[in-house]
Order: sequence, then C-alpha cells, then structure tokens
Amino acid sequence: MSIKMMILQLAGGMLVSTQIFIVTLVFSLPLGLIIAFGRMSKNSIISTIVKFYISVMRGTPLMLQLMMVYFGPFYIFGIKVSNSYRLWATFIGFTVNYAAYFAEIYRSGIQSMPVGQYEAARLLGYRKSQTFFRIILPQVIKRILPSVTNEIITLVKDTSLAFTISVSEMFSMARALASSQTSMMPFVAAGLFYYVFNLIVAFVMERVEKKLSYYQ
Amino acid sequence: MNLLEMNHVKKTYQNLEVIKDISLTVKKGEIVSIIGPSGSGKSTLLRCATMLETMDSGELIYLGEKAAWNDHTGRSVYAAKKERRKIRENYGLVFQNFNLFPHYSVMKNITDAPITVQNRDKKEVYKSARELLKKMGLEDKEQAYPCQLSGGQSQRVAIARALALNPKILFFDEPTSALDPELTGEVLKVIRSLADLDITMVIVTHEMAFARDISDRIIFMDDGIIVEEGKPEDVFSSDNLRTKSFLGRYGQ
Repeated sequence: MSIKMMILQLAGGMLVSTQIFIVTLVFSLPLGLIIAFGRMSKNSIISTIVKFYISVMRGTPLMLQLMMVYFGPFYIFGIKVSNSYRLWATFIGFTVNYAAYFAEIYRSGIQSMPVGQYEAARLLGYRKSQTFFRIILPQVIKRILPSVTNEIITLVKDTSLAFTISVSEMFSMARALASSQTSMMPFVAAGLFYYVFNLIVAFVMERVEKKLSYYQ
Repeated sequence: MNLLEMNHVKKTYQNLEVIKDISLTVKKGEIVSIIGPSGSGKSTLLRCATMLETMDSGELIYLGEKAAWNDHTGRSVYAAKKERRKIRENYGLVFQNFNLFPHYSVMKNITDAPITVQNRDKKEVYKSARELLKKMGLEDKEQAYPCQLSGGQSQRVAIARALALNPKILFFDEPTSALDPELTGEVLKVIRSLADLDITMVIVTHEMAFARDISDRIIFMDDGIIVEEGKPEDVFSSDNLRTKSFLGRYGQ
C-alpha cells in the first residue's frame, strides 16, 4: 500500500479526532462555567454535589469514564444501544470530563478577581449578570488563558482515548493500519498529526493572548 | 430636605465595635469632610452609607426615602432589592484605589454604565463624557487604558466615571491616599473644582489643609464615634484634647 493510500485512510480518522475535539470544546467550555457556579454556590447541597462530581471526574481515568458512558446504558439499564452511539458516548464522556477541569480553571480565575471590581460595578448600578458578563468574565478569560491552553493541548492528545470504545479516530486507524501493513509509517503519521494539531492550537492561543494583552 | 440621613448607626466586626452609634446628616450642596486616625471607622461609615456594608443597627435615608430602618429588636432591615437599586442612583463613590475597569478604555469606563445601566442616548453620553474629561484635564486620554495612566490620572477618570451618572451626592473614600504629593495635588484640584459646581460631597480624607479649605463642615471621628463636628475654623481651633492632639500642627 502506498503512503498516499495510507494517508487517505488516516484522513478519515483525522476527521473524527477533529470532530471529537471541536464538539468537546464547544460544549465543555460553557458547561464548565455553569459547573464553576455550582461549585461556588452558597447552597451547600449544590456545592457538595458539584464538588463530588468534579472529584470523580478528575480522580478516575477518562478511559474508564468513556467505557462507563458507552457500556453503562446496556449493563445498568438493559438498553440496547446502536453502533452510532459510540461517537455520542465519546462526545458525552469527553464533555463531562473536560467541563470538570474547565470548571476548576474558571473558579480559580473568578476567585482571583479583586473585590473592588465588584464594588465599583455595584456602585455604578450594574446588575449582577451585567457585572459578571461585562466586567468580571472578560478579565477572568484573560487570566485563565494559559491554563485553558494547557487543557486544550491535552485534549488534542486525549482524543486518542476514544479508541477504547472502538471509535475510528486517528489513533485507532493508525493502529489498525500498522498491524495490517506491518509498518511503522501509520504511527509516524499519527504522531505528526497530533503534533501539528497542537502547533496550530499553540499558535492560535498565543494570538488570542496577544490580542488580550492590550491591558494589564 | 436632607440628602442623606444616617441615624444611630452601629457596626461590629467580630466583637470589634467599629462604629458606635453615629448619626449624620448631609444637606444639599454641602461639602462634608470626615477626618480621624486610621481605624477610627471613617471608611466603614462611608461603606455603610453606600450600602457596601450592612449596618447592624441604624437608619439610612436618602432624600426622605428609607434604605434601611430598625425592626422592633433594633436591628437594621434593608429595603427590597428594587428600592435599593433606585436609592443607589442618588450617589456615587470614588475609591481609594480607583477600581477602574482595566479592560475598558477611559472613554468606555465613563460611558458604559450610563449607556447600559441608565439606558441613555449614546451620543449624549459621549458628549457629556468628553466634557467631563475636559474638566478633568484628560481630553487626550479618551482612548487610553487604565494601565497607561498615572495614579492621579486614574483617580480623575474614576471621578469622571462617578459623575457621568449624575449623582446627587458624591462620596470620596480617601481619594488621594494611594498617591504621591504631586499627584495628590492634581486630584485635590479637581475635587476643588467640583465644589464650585455645587455638587454635594462627603470626603473621607487625611489631607487636613484640603479639608479645612474646602469643607462646609468637618467631622472628626475617633474610635467609632464622632468626637467633634462643626465649621472647619471651629474644629481646627478646638479645645478638645483629642482633636487637638490629632490635628497637631494643623490646629490653630
């Protein structure tokens, strides 16, 4: 099999990996913010539940979580799942896992904001939601950007974990090809894919950071 | 009518009585300075007046409208959120450390609240903001960001930001304490110019000469109570030992 053919086959995997990446980010970033609010809630029942959720998400392997989401419906509730559920299970597993990490990052950013910003906003008549979205959140985003970049880079590599529930993403495809062709090339190609992907992520995030560096 | 009325205010932080039964009224057009040693409760009193702190006991009234009053056990009860919002429109506060919004330009710092909170016309808000900046001597700083300003410039922007909402009364919480003498001078000059505009002001300050010159009335606080209150010339020539020892060389 020519290298061209290999790459063509791997391209399908790339697409799936990219899909997992985008869907996870799109849903876990806002969900993380909501979870952060729950974690900081004055209601101790809510904050305890959310704290427990975060500790489970961070304290157990993502691989295991993916399996729970994929096999859980059948083993626990006896629901037969279709084949297309694999990808959905991946989206769900990744989103709830990454949301927990993002929630803690948001929390660190929100709690680092000086109280004077809230007081100034209150005196100027901003409502609570206006204060948060106009005054606090933009500054929080700037503060947490380096941590978020770290998390996003980890996510690119973590997408390979979807292979545990047989989603045909980049890593699964490379593994299958490598064994059928008895060649190292698919692995090299896969490595290159993740590396270049993260180069792009780093480049984009650096641009965003620069864009936000107009103030201190 | 009294613009501001505070009656029998008490405030305790973890067994420390910061304010012990203080009453205070401010009339329209009056300039009142509150002086006293650090830890005497001046700032706390201002924070109670602006509802940044809740009083344990006492009444808070703006233009006859009650923001807080005592229940039958003598503890302060505050008006509902909606009323408090309305009452808050009466006053502005200038902080010791400015608290400008760092991600907004000078212009946006001043115009954002009038536009988004008061829903005023954008053009009109910008026009009056430019006038305010001119008055502050900052007409060339419109597009600057707070991190590019000196402390004195920042404080002047903060004053403009508070004025942009057209408050009836403006509070200053040690507006020059974070500034060196030169910058202090430029900020005090601006506050002086406001006095000519007939804006009611309550100023907590350590600038004795300034307080003496600008105020209609001076309140000397110590240890959570008002020791003495009156015209600047009376307070500065007071026979009260505590006042005398605090004022030191400023006393006559």
